[in-house]
Amino acid sequence: MSAQPTAPPKTSEATPLVQTRITDRLANFPWWALFLALLGVLLVYSFATDATYQNIIVYLSAGVRLTIIVTLVAFSFSIIIGLITAFAQMSEGSNIFSVIARNLATLYVQIIRGIPVIVLIFYTALVIIPASINLLNALGDWMVSMGWLAADNALSSLTSRGISFVIRGIIALAINYGAFSAEVFRGGIQSIDKGQLEASNALGLSWFQTMRYVVMPQALRRIMPPLGNDFISMLKESSLVSVLGVGEITQLGKKYSAATFLYPQTYNSVAFLYLSITLILSMGVKYMERRMAVSEET
Amino acid sequence: MLQIENLTKIYDDGTEALTDVSFTVEEGEFLVIIGLSGSGKSPLLRCLNRLGAPTAGRISWNGRDIPAADQSDLREIRREIGMIFQHFNLVKRSTVMTNVLSGRLGYTPPAWSLINRFRKADKERAIRALERVGIPDKADNRADELSGGQQQRVGIARALMQDPKMILADEPVASLDPVLAHSILGNLESINQEDKMTVICSLHFLDLVQRYAPRVIGLRDGVIVFEGDSQDIRQLSDERFKDIYGEEAERLSA
Ligand SMILES: Nc1ncnc2c1ncn2[C@@H]1O[C@H](COP(=O)(O)OP(=O)(O)OP(=O)(O)O)[C@@H](O)[C@H]1O
Ligand SMILES: [Mg+2]
Repeated sequence: MSAQPTAPPKTSEATPLVQTRITDRLANFPWWALFLALLGVLLVYSFATDATYQNIIVYLSAGVRLTIIVTLVAFSFSIIIGLITAFAQMSEGSNIFSVIARNLATLYVQIIRGIPVIVLIFYTALVIIPASINLLNALGDWMVSMGWLAADNALSSLTSRGISFVIRGIIALAINYGAFSAEVFRGGIQSIDKGQLEASNALGLSWFQTMRYVVMPQALRRIMPPLGNDFISMLKESSLVSVLGVGEITQLGKKYSAATFLYPQTYNSVAFLYLSITLILSMGVKYMERRMAVSEET
Repeated sequence: MLQIENLTKIYDDGTEALTDVSFTVEEGEFLVIIGLSGSGKSPLLRCLNRLGAPTAGRISWNGRDIPAADQSDLREIRREIGMIFQHFNLVKRSTVMTNVLSGRLGYTPPAWSLINRFRKADKERAIRALERVGIPDKADNRADELSGGQQQRVGIARALMQDPKMILADEPVASLDPVLAHSILGNLESINQEDKMTVICSLHFLDLVQRYAPRVIGLRDGVIVFEGDSQDIRQLSDERFKDIYGEEAERLSA
C-alpha cells in the first residue's frame, strides 16, 4: 500500500485512493452505536423532563437492585457448582469414587442442557425445593426419634414457606448456569499441555500447586471471557424469575403497566434499563478479551 | 546408588516397553541411554521417578524403594530428582523467573502458595541457577519469548532449583540444532563434574553419544543390548552400531 520512496507520486491514482478511504470509513462506521447513543439520549431526556417516565424509573429502581443481587449471587454459586462439576467430569481412573463423580456430573450437565430455563425455574422452585425440605424434615424427625435431637430442632421445623421465591429463583439460575460454566472450566483446563502437567508432577508439586502455578495462569485466559458472556446472559435471563413473582425489573414493569396501562412507557423503560446494564457489561468483557489477547502476543 | 533389577513395564494396551532390565548407577555417574525410537528410553526414565509405574521389578535409590513409595514419599523422592524434557515443558505464559522458582515448590508446603509469594532466598537461588546456565538477563522475559536452546536452559535451571541428587534428561537436545545441542550437553556435563551429580540422559545422535557419554547403555525393543564406556563406543564397528541403533542411525557432524 505505501508508496515507494523513489517512485514519483502518482496523482492519477492518489485521488480514488482517498475516496475509497472515505467511503470505506463511512461503510465501516458503527452506525448502530450512533443510533443507540441517540436513542439513549432521547430516553434520558424523556426521563429527565417527563414526569410519567420519572415515576416509572423510580418505581423500577428497586427492581434494578434485585436483578443485580439475584444475578451476582446466582452467578457466584454457579461458578462453585461449575468448578466442582468440571473437576468431577475430569476425574480419571476406575476407582468407585471417580466413576460415580464422573457419571453424576455428566448426568447433571446433560439434563440441564435439555431443559428450558423457565421449566427448570418452575421445577426447582415448586418441586425440588419442597421435596428437599420434606426430606430434611424427615431426617430431623428420624433424629428426634433416635433421641439425637430435641423436638424443636432446625431440621424438623424447616418449612417450604420459609424459603422465599427470591432464594428459589437464585438456586434455579445457579443450577442452570452451573452446567454451562462447568463446560467453560473444563475446556480451559483441558487446553493445558500434558507435558506441563507431567513436568509439575516430576517437580513434586501438589495438586493444588499444580493448579495455582501451572493450570490457572494459562487456563484463566480461556475461561474469563466466556464466563463474562455467561454473566451477561444470566443478567438477562434473571428476568425469567419474574414468573415466581420475584420483584425484579421485569416483574415490577409487569405490575406497573397492568395498574397504569402505560405499556409503551413502562416497557421502554424496562428495555432501556436492561440494555444499559448489558452494554456496560459487554464493554467490560470486550476490554477483558482485548487485554487477554494482548498478553498473549507480548 | 541407583539399583534397577528385572524392571518390566507393560502398558495397559499390552505394549511391553521394557523387559527384565537390570543395571546399577553409582553416585555421580553420567549414564547415557541410547536406542532407536520406540526402544523404551522414555518408559525407563519415567519409571525412575514413577511418572509411570513399573509393572514388575525393583528400583532402589539410596536405600529407598521407589515402586513401593506412597504419595508423600513420592513427592519427597521426586523433588530430589530433577527432570529435563525434550519439549522443555515450561509454563509458557509465565516468566522465566517464575518457571525457575517452580522448581522449588516441592519444598514449600502446598498451603503456602495461597498467601505466600516466593521467598527472597529462593529468588537469589534462582538468579544463581540462571547465571549458571548463562541466561541471567532473561529472568523477566516470558518463557515463550525464548529460543529453544534458551528454554532448555530454563529447564535445567528449574531442575537445579530442586537441589536434586540426580537429573534425568529425556532426549534433552532432540528438538535443538547441533550447536545448541553441544552447549546444553556441556551444561549437563559441567553440572555432573562440578557438583558430582548423577545424570541419566537419553540421546539420539551418535556423535553426541561419543563426545559426552562416559558410560552407555543401549536399549532395543525394551531389552539392554549393549553396555560399555566411551572407549567401547568408539571402537564399535558400524555394523554393531546399526545392530543397536537400527537402520535409522544418524551421524551428526558438528
Ligand atoms: N503411554 C503409553 N501407552 C502405551 N504404550 C506406550 C506408552 N508410552 C510408550 N508406549 C510404548 O512403549 C514403547 C517404547 O516407548 P517410546 O516410544 O516412548 O520409547 P523411546 O525409546 O522413548 O522412543 P522415542 O525416541 O521415540 O522417544 C513403544 O512401543 C510405545 O508405543
Ligand atoms: Mg522418548
